[in-house]
Amino acid sequence: MKLGGWLLCCALAAAAPGAAQAVDAQPGAGLDQLLQLLAARRHGHVTFSEVQQLAVLDRPLQSSGELVYDAPDHLEKRTLQPRPETLILERGVLTVQRGARKRVLSLRDYPQIVPFVESIRATLAGDRASLERYFTVSFSGSLDQWTLELVPADAQLAHTVRDIRIAGERDELHTMEIRQTDGDASTLTIGAALNP
Amino acid sequence: MTRAGVAGSVIWALLALGAAAIIARANYTADLSAFLPRRASATQRLLVEQLREGPAAHLIIVAIEGADAATRAQASIALAARLRSNPAFIGVNNGDATQLERDREFLFAHRYLLSADVTPQRFTVSGLHAAIGDSLDLLGSPEGVLLKPLFTRDPTGEMLGIIDSLDASHSPHTSDGVWSSRDGARALLMVQTRGAGSDTDAQEAACQALRHSFAAAVAASPSARRAALRLAMSGPPVFAVAARDTIKTEVVRLSSISAALIGALLLAVYRSLPALAFTLVPVASGALAGVAAVALGFPAVHGITLGFGVTLIGEAVDYSIYLLIQNRSDFRRSVWPTVRLGMLTSVCGFTALLPSAFTGLSQLGLFSVAGLIAAALVTRFVLPAWLPQALSIRDLTAIGSWLAVALEKVRAMRIALVALPLLAGAALYLHRDALWNRDLAALSPIPAAEQNLYERLRADAGAPDVRYVTVASGADRETALEAAQALTARLRPLADAGVIGGFESPSAYLPAPATQRARQQSLPPAPELTARLAEALAGLPLEAERLKPFLADAERARTGPELSRADLEGTSLARAVDALLVRSDPGWSALVPLSAPGPGELSDEAIAKVRAALTWPVGPHAQLLDLKGEADRLYGGYLADAVQLALAGFGAIVLLLLIMLRSPGRVLRVVAPLALAVLAVAGLLVTFGHQLTILHVVGMLLIVAVGSNYALFFDRSAAQPGQGSLALTLASLAVANLATVIAFGVLACSSVPVLADLGSTVAPGALLALLFSALLARPAVDARAEGH
Repeated sequence: MKLGGWLLCCALAAAAPGAAQAVDAQPGAGLDQLLQLLAARRHGHVTFSEVQQLAVLDRPLQSSGELVYDAPDHLEKRTLQPRPETLILERGVLTVQRGARKRVLSLRDYPQIVPFVESIRATLAGDRASLERYFTVSFSGSLDQWTLELVPADAQLAHTVRDIRIAGERDELHTMEIRQTDGDASTLTIGAALNP
Repeated sequence: MTRAGVAGSVIWALLALGAAAIIARANYTADLSAFLPRRASATQRLLVEQLREGPAAHLIIVAIEGADAATRAQASIALAARLRSNPAFIGVNNGDATQLERDREFLFAHRYLLSADVTPQRFTVSGLHAAIGDSLDLLGSPEGVLLKPLFTRDPTGEMLGIIDSLDASHSPHTSDGVWSSRDGARALLMVQTRGAGSDTDAQEAACQALRHSFAAAVAASPSARRAALRLAMSGPPVFAVAARDTIKTEVVRLSSISAALIGALLLAVYRSLPALAFTLVPVASGALAGVAAVALGFPAVHGITLGFGVTLIGEAVDYSIYLLIQNRSDFRRSVWPTVRLGMLTSVCGFTALLPSAFTGLSQLGLFSVAGLIAAALVTRFVLPAWLPQALSIRDLTAIGSWLAVALEKVRAMRIALVALPLLAGAALYLHRDALWNRDLAALSPIPAAEQNLYERLRADAGAPDVRYVTVASGADRETALEAAQALTARLRPLADAGVIGGFESPSAYLPAPATQRARQQSLPPAPELTARLAEALAGLPLEAERLKPFLADAERARTGPELSRADLEGTSLARAVDALLVRSDPGWSALVPLSAPGPGELSDEAIAKVRAALTWPVGPHAQLLDLKGEADRLYGGYLADAVQLALAGFGAIVLLLLIMLRSPGRVLRVVAPLALAVLAVAGLLVTFGHQLTILHVVGMLLIVAVGSNYALFFDRSAAQPGQGSLALTLASLAVANLATVIAFGVLACSSVPVLADLGSTVAPGALLALLFSALLARPAVDARAEGH
């Protein structure tokens, strides 16, 4: 009997992936253009820094590292500071490597993790179908200075995440803010490109 | 009727009644026990015990197919609820939240006793600082979402440590809140039946209950698409029921077909209904005696033995055929000596099977020995007294004469037989690498479609065939658990290095008492822990105040009772412990199955490393069990056993003939056609792509046992030309042979592999044995002259 996988899953009361109802929030032409622009970009390698505010902690957690993206579904988040950790999202499977320990999670089995990783991956890929499967998407601003607001469309997802705000210009992402329902929040800031 | 005839009939009636009484009170089984050994090494006993009674023997994998995922999930939950309230099932798991919640609560509540990370070092100032620092890192990652709610009670991350230590590589997927196949097309449940693995009635009742519960759950489903839901189930209990059904129906079907065909043959030959009835008396008596003997000699009569018993029809019917067709008035002097010798050679052959470790074979041996002796004795001492003087059957002299002429014509070509050993030898040589089927599954009566379903569902459930199991033993549960703990300490480095994928130990869910005490003692008393925690938090973005729940939990664990098996009740971990911690005479064994790091099996190199880890100079006794290897060795043992016994039987037959015939030349003439027939059949079987199994070997022994009757009649005709009519002898042999070929030919069509293998060997073998005997016999008198 193999328990580990699903126990991890239920370490948070198990949530079921429901059939999300995508509500069209007047995406308009702006969103279409933006997603086309993003989809055209096949590769990215940038630095990032992240600040996380958790209610249980006195001070925010700070981390930094590199992000690597290859269209359409390979995303790597290499945290270098304060401690090395690598997250690789590839075709719906999340691999977490921390020290000698490696954990492999299928998003299908861990729907709770979906909003945290699919939000950025689907945005980078310009994958409207995926975005709208999990979120109600609203676009504001212009192509030169845009903001996407993602609100979980599914009650189960909305249980943990209140909303996600991604801002950028043209085909470059600048920040991603995730606000959780318990008040915890994180801000990911994207820095300089590392490779052409 | 003579006085001797009356006495014979009375004795016959009494014995028949006695046999019937024994048969009525006998036990019958049709599970797989016929394929398991009677004598075995300790390892094999453990293996067999696991196969018969281990938790795997109770596991049914249930798949719900059709409709949509939501409907399937809803049906899965409804079915699980119904099964959980049914006492026929001890464990029902479908991965739903309730079950998971219960397991999670158990692991979390007892985390300080269960986690291998709980050591005195862990709760020093530096240990706490490091562990809490790690947990803070985790909180920042996507996984942190899963762990955040537990943080203030478990800041050192024991829960995650426990989860990581459990082998997660093979867990089923989850879809709509319940277990599903990898592709999400089926909802899955794992159901453990209560009845003993060998109690096929209980397993059948459980399978029925499962089907009814499914039907009820579907009927109660609110979904519009409920009608599209389908149930598929597989596993050892389902197999046991299917095997019994197959064997039952096959035995009834084959016996009826054989009896009908042979009856029709004899009716066509005799043109007399009473003659047919008389012919069947020895057969029926033999069958009674055979079953009664097995019932007395074994704890239970196996269904497959009754299947083999069909073969008795083929041989025992010969005796009465010889009586009726050949010289009836002078049977005792002219025919009986040959029938008796033929019977004795057959008995010699079957006796060789008695010592077999393979229960099925030894039952077959006993059944046949008792059956043939009874049939022969009834033919000699009872039947002649019953035959009315007026009983007239068709005169077969004309057919016999025609056969003699035909034989004379083909005799000229007998020189061609020289080529036969060469051809057969060449065929066997060409297939020498794949001559034997060494897979125990070759004997399984379970249809291939059922086996495929099982493989598919097991792959879906992420429960791959466990091939390698390490076993740690002890005098009682506690020492076995301790041994398992020591074993896991040696396996852990191999898993961390990726040599093995992982392992599952009962000590992960129920640590040995000494280990539990050591972990309790690793926790400092509350005031001490409070002080250390305050110091440990220096430099971390966290205040001690927030971790009060942690201090309370740690104190409760430190002073609380130890875990016992009873505490696991209601969780699915109880099932895991029961599965992995088993009684093994003498004492207890903890089973620790190993998984491969990737798809496929562990490499030889990995196995060597595991063995090296187990042969640590100090520590408790542990061994590596290769389940497939052990099962194959078991079967290989049967095969070698069967070949040796068959050779011994053949030797005994030759010896018997040497004693009775007192002439090496005559023995050679009797044995040569039989040996040729065996060679030819072996050559034919491999040429047609069969791999030889144990039952083929037994079949070859039967060719010799049955064929010797034919050869002996030709021998008699040559040695004592005055004895009996050659034409009638030929005719009776042809009829007897046809009856044998029919009986075994019907068997060859069976869907039960052991029966089919036997039939497909003996049917052509008996035919060839008669043909070769006829061709190689020394011509005695001019058949044509005698016929007219």
